Amino acid sequence: MTTASDRKELISRLQKNILQWEGYKSPPAGTQELVGLGAVESAFPNGVFPLGSVHELVCSNTEQSAASAGFVTGLMSVLMQNGGVCLWAGLSQDLFPPALKAFGVEPDRVIFIRLSKDKEVLWVMEEALKCPGLAAVAGELKDIDFKQSRRLQLAVEHSHVTGFVIRNQTDKMGSTACAARWKIKSLPSEPVDGLPGLGFPRWQVELLRVRNGKPGSWIMEWSDGKFRHINMRMVEPQKLMVG
Amino acid sequence: MAIWFRNLTTDWLSLRKPELRQIPFVFVAPERNRMIITAANPVAESQGVYSGMAAADAKAITTNLQILNYIPGKEARLLRQLGLWCIRYTPVVAVNLPDGLILDISGCAHLWGGERGYLKNIVNKLRASGYDTRAAIADTIGAAWAVARFGKITPIIESGRQAQTLMNLPPAALRLEAPVLEKLQKLGFSTIRSFMQIPRSVLRRRFGEAFLLRLAQALDQENEEIIPLVPPVPYVERLPCLEPIKTARGIEIAIQRLLEGLCLRLKAEGKGIRKAVLKCYRVDGKMVHTGISTNRGSHSISHIFKLLELQVSKIEPGLGIELFLLEATKVDDIDVLQEKLWAGNPGLQDSALAELLDRLAGKVGANRIHRYLPVEHYWPERSVKEAASLSEIPVTAWRTDRLRPIRLLPKPEQVEVMALLPDYPPKVFTYKGRRHAVEKADGPERIEREWWLEKGEHRDYYVVEDSDGNRYWLFRSGHYDAAPQWYLHGFFA
Repeated sequence: MTTASDRKELISRLQKNILQWEGYKSPPAGTQELVGLGAVESAFPNGVFPLGSVHELVCSNTEQSAASAGFVTGLMSVLMQNGGVCLWAGLSQDLFPPALKAFGVEPDRVIFIRLSKDKEVLWVMEEALKCPGLAAVAGELKDIDFKQSRRLQLAVEHSHVTGFVIRNQTDKMGSTACAARWKIKSLPSEPVDGLPGLGFPRWQVELLRVRNGKPGSWIMEWSDGKFRHINMRMVEPQKLMVG
Repeated sequence: MAIWFRNLTTDWLSLRKPELRQIPFVFVAPERNRMIITAANPVAESQGVYSGMAAADAKAITTNLQILNYIPGKEARLLRQLGLWCIRYTPVVAVNLPDGLILDISGCAHLWGGERGYLKNIVNKLRASGYDTRAAIADTIGAAWAVARFGKITPIIESGRQAQTLMNLPPAALRLEAPVLEKLQKLGFSTIRSFMQIPRSVLRRRFGEAFLLRLAQALDQENEEIIPLVPPVPYVERLPCLEPIKTARGIEIAIQRLLEGLCLRLKAEGKGIRKAVLKCYRVDGKMVHTGISTNRGSHSISHIFKLLELQVSKIEPGLGIELFLLEATKVDDIDVLQEKLWAGNPGLQDSALAELLDRLAGKVGANRIHRYLPVEHYWPERSVKEAASLSEIPVTAWRTDRLRPIRLLPKPEQVEVMALLPDYPPKVFTYKGRRHAVEKADGPERIEREWWLEKGEHRDYYVVEDSDGNRYWLFRSGHYDAAPQWYLHGFFA
């Protein structure tokens, strides 16, 4: 006869096993805040941002895709700290390299691939995700289905490269094999020290779906080259409704 | 080996227009106010019409003679094509104007079962395709040329027997100029035998140096060079196939075999492929080719194979491929030590990255892959340039003093704007039918035209944030007083 605590332990161990079979490598014990997302990281299994897996960002308009690009760049800056190189493949021709510098990424360490079809982007992403020489791979496309996302996930399981799929202006949201589904929206910025003009870019970061984690919504700001979590209570409720 | 096309241009036309096969026809070209026949087809020749005749005379002999205009340079083009076809037999083929080809067959004949089989194979194939062909193999170009055109004996001259063979041939077999031939005829030299034994000094006085040179070349006393049609590439691997290859799998196996040879050699010499061309010679006489290029020299069989594998689908095997040719057209030295040092180190020098990019370039095209470096230009569209290679590093720093949008529209889009005061940021703007109320704004940042590059208005840029928190890059073109136009140029994160 097992006790309740035994059973709980057994379940958590089985869950961890499942995670490993699904391609996650459990990070070394005591690892915390891998990408500097602060409170957001607690939403993930074991409280650790899953590197070496594919993240999906959904955007419904150009403004959101710009915000998502900024957010991804911020994450990449952490992954590229050791002189890594990342690859950015996409349908859009308009990512402006000098802006990446503001999010901590050396633009000359990014390889851009301009493509014209979703199929090409997926092929390029899959090939790139297999390459351990890259720190991260981002792909901008219109839509991705379960099978395609599974292929990407399988590709990263060997190389442990982190992938970001930015889905531009998609209405359908089928399920995918991605580790997490994000939605990034801009929020009005707060003036810095009461000065007029724009403050630091501020986003509402929504974790719509996360495998074995807890979805949630946070407000993040990019300032001084890193993410800063804005406490919910500091923001007036109606501001959360906008966007 | 020398190949002679007896009726090169007429055969070609008969192939193009089969209805002409039974009709006598000639090509004519104007010469000293007369139309002189330059080529006659076999039907015309059988009726007594030969090249060199005046067209009017020929017309008198044969009533239904078709007279066609000579096409200048046609022989050269035809011979070039035929020569390229012959590359399947040997890499060194030269055009021998006006009606022949010269092949250097050293080390090639055994693949077709010896010289006899080799010669038979080529001549039969050319004859089957419609060209009346004669060929001969000899130690020297001169002897082969002579036997192909004038020999009534076996076309394969044994090594060292040029002199005996040439003896019975007329002097014309020595590729001589018309005045020299005339002189020889006048003096009664009807065969080469008759003047072979005459002392050189005598011959030189009478017929000149060129005559002696031709004689010496034919007899292997003087070396003769040919200019190959396709200059031989130093790094090349050939794979003739006994059975024509038609399947993708077959092509892949062929590529693998070729690479094993080529890469082994490159590795031994410390070199790597930067550019390679795979040529496939098909049974129907066409050649299909495909190429790859790499970001840095590589002699890794698996890597080059992966690149070529992507190209296999582009190769049309047609009825089958009988010869594969892999040429490394550009090679680079590889520093083996450096490769070891960088392997596995994430960065632009990583060999895995270079290999990945080669693979991507092979599939989607190298023009889709970009890496950017900063340039000292204020004009946004000119502030980045493309890096020429993976190893190129920025010469100036990336500017961070001014905000730049993460998405820059390739072409600024016009927007409707309402601003309260001149030189104030807009209060409201309309983009794609949506009104955006501006809550916060930074600017203006005036960016002047770089007048040494182009003319036009300057731009006053504003970074604006609408009530939803979305950020845009707007600019006003020109001064405020001259009814300015507003544009949206980018989106901020």
